[in-house]
Amino acid sequence: MLTVSITHQLGDFSLDAAFEAPAGISVLFGRSGSGKTSIINSISGIIHPDRARITLGDRVLIDTSRAINIPIHRRRIGYIFQEGRLFPHMDVAQNLAYGARHARGAAVVPEARIVEMLGLGAMLKRRPRDLSGGEKQRVAIGRALLAAPDLLLADEPLAALDGPRKAEILPYFERLRDELAVPVLYVSHAVGEVARLATSVIAIEDGSVVRQGPAEEVLADASVTPTGIRAAGAVLRARVVAHHADGLTELVAGGIPLHLPRIEQALGTELRVRISAQDIILSRQQPEGLSALNILPGQVRNVRAGQGPGAMVTLDTAAGPLLVRITQRSAASLNIAEGVSCFAIVKSVSIAPEDIG
Amino acid sequence: MTGWLGPQEWQAVALSLKVSFWATLLALPLGVLAAYALSRWTFPGRNLLNGLVHLPLILPPVVTGYLLLITFGPQAPAGQFLEWIGLPVAFRWTGAALAAAVMAFPLMVRAIRLSLDAVDPKLEEAASTLGASPIRVFITITLPLIAPGIVAGGILAFAKAMGEFGATITFVSNIPGETRTLPTAVYTFLQVPGGEGSAVRLVIISIIIAMAALLLSEWVSRRLADRVRGA
Repeated sequence: MLTVSITHQLGDFSLDAAFEAPAGISVLFGRSGSGKTSIINSISGIIHPDRARITLGDRVLIDTSRAINIPIHRRRIGYIFQEGRLFPHMDVAQNLAYGARHARGAAVVPEARIVEMLGLGAMLKRRPRDLSGGEKQRVAIGRALLAAPDLLLADEPLAALDGPRKAEILPYFERLRDELAVPVLYVSHAVGEVARLATSVIAIEDGSVVRQGPAEEVLADASVTPTGIRAAGAVLRARVVAHHADGLTELVAGGIPLHLPRIEQALGTELRVRISAQDIILSRQQPEGLSALNILPGQVRNVRAGQGPGAMVTLDTAAGPLLVRITQRSAASLNIAEGVSCFAIVKSVSIAPEDIG
Repeated sequence: MTGWLGPQEWQAVALSLKVSFWATLLALPLGVLAAYALSRWTFPGRNLLNGLVHLPLILPPVVTGYLLLITFGPQAPAGQFLEWIGLPVAFRWTGAALAAAVMAFPLMVRAIRLSLDAVDPKLEEAASTLGASPIRVFITITLPLIAPGIVAGGILAFAKAMGEFGATITFVSNIPGETRTLPTAVYTFLQVPGGEGSAVRLVIISIIIAMAALLLSEWVSRRLADRVRGA
């Protein structure tokens, strides 16, 4: 368990954040400039905050009130940087060995396992300059893991990569989350990444934590949209149950069937589906004669009016809470209010493939 | 080579090589330290250090030589200390090496500092997050990455030391076999009738050594730079 409490003044910007990160991948979620990187740099020891108390397990990393400040190299915190930061004068094997050589704890994961998990076997003799961006990031992940860290920090590790490369790296972080015991604090402003990776979410706005909790809860909270209302959307857990001959894949989420264009996942695979708030239409009656395939009945938990003409509705369904963005006019004319029954209509094509995982 | 060169000429060449070798060796660690301090640290007196390092480059060499004489001369405390530890410098070849090191120092520091400024401190940061102590970071990351600069600076310093004249002759005089280095020998031969032949031969050797040093430094630093070229 990582416990963080930081106050720091950087010019006009003030950081005042406190949170806890449990096991799994905790995502620090917020827009650029919200203070996410300052937070993880404080945790790693790269910057020295004005006032802070940070503990990892039973180790105090920094406590300014007791003048404790463990230097970076003794914190046992791995750091995956945005740009990889591989050592240019070493090949891949030497970069990996550098992590292992200076490890200050017993290896959590054997080297062979890491090389296998990240698919590094074929590139051990190559130089960083001969690697693609995605390959560099995989080596950086392996190098950080081999230093036997108690915690792994990742600062937007996909931000410098293009779409296909992002898709190449994401599964490695999923394996990290699902197969290894190392907790990860992952910085991101991309809601798709958050939806796919996060066990828990710490939402950051203007240097403070506005909400923290399990990913499904935080992403379904209409009051928390750290990267803007357009990016809002809930995450559902679903299971693949059938691949139909007409090119559709059928998922089941909380007993409700969902249809989306064929995804290449085996039957029975558990995955997360993100449904953007603006891709849902609400209806008071059971809709008939509609082309949309996915219709989820539910009950309105709350309606929040935005600053403009919009409103955000949280709808509890058997599949989980959904966020729906409608206009305040529609909310008024349909009498959409707390406790009212509604149907959420989701066009199957509106479930973007990059949000599935 | 000794057939073509007279014994006095050969003596001057050999002495110059010895003096320059030790001057470079003496200046290297201090040069790396000074360059590192100037490139990475902020401390009071940083500008003063920068000025001191560059002083030999802009002062008349005679002035530098005179300052060395009053600092390390037989009467000065620093000179007496060196004599006491068995390393007298006044009017010795060791003094010539000291003068050459001081004169070559700014060139060396500039070359090393340039390469240090080009090393991304983020790589050093990454190494610390992997558990490397600051001294390990310096040895395993910084030093290999600035190797081209160190080699270039070292060779530049060697070439400068080979040619040092003003500070040397002021500090340790012009004693055959002890402090008569190649440039002072050229000067001396030009002062005596019939010495032009010797002077010309030494001038040719000077040019060859300088050119060889330059080419070698280019070649070595290109090879090293290729090894550490950015990712």
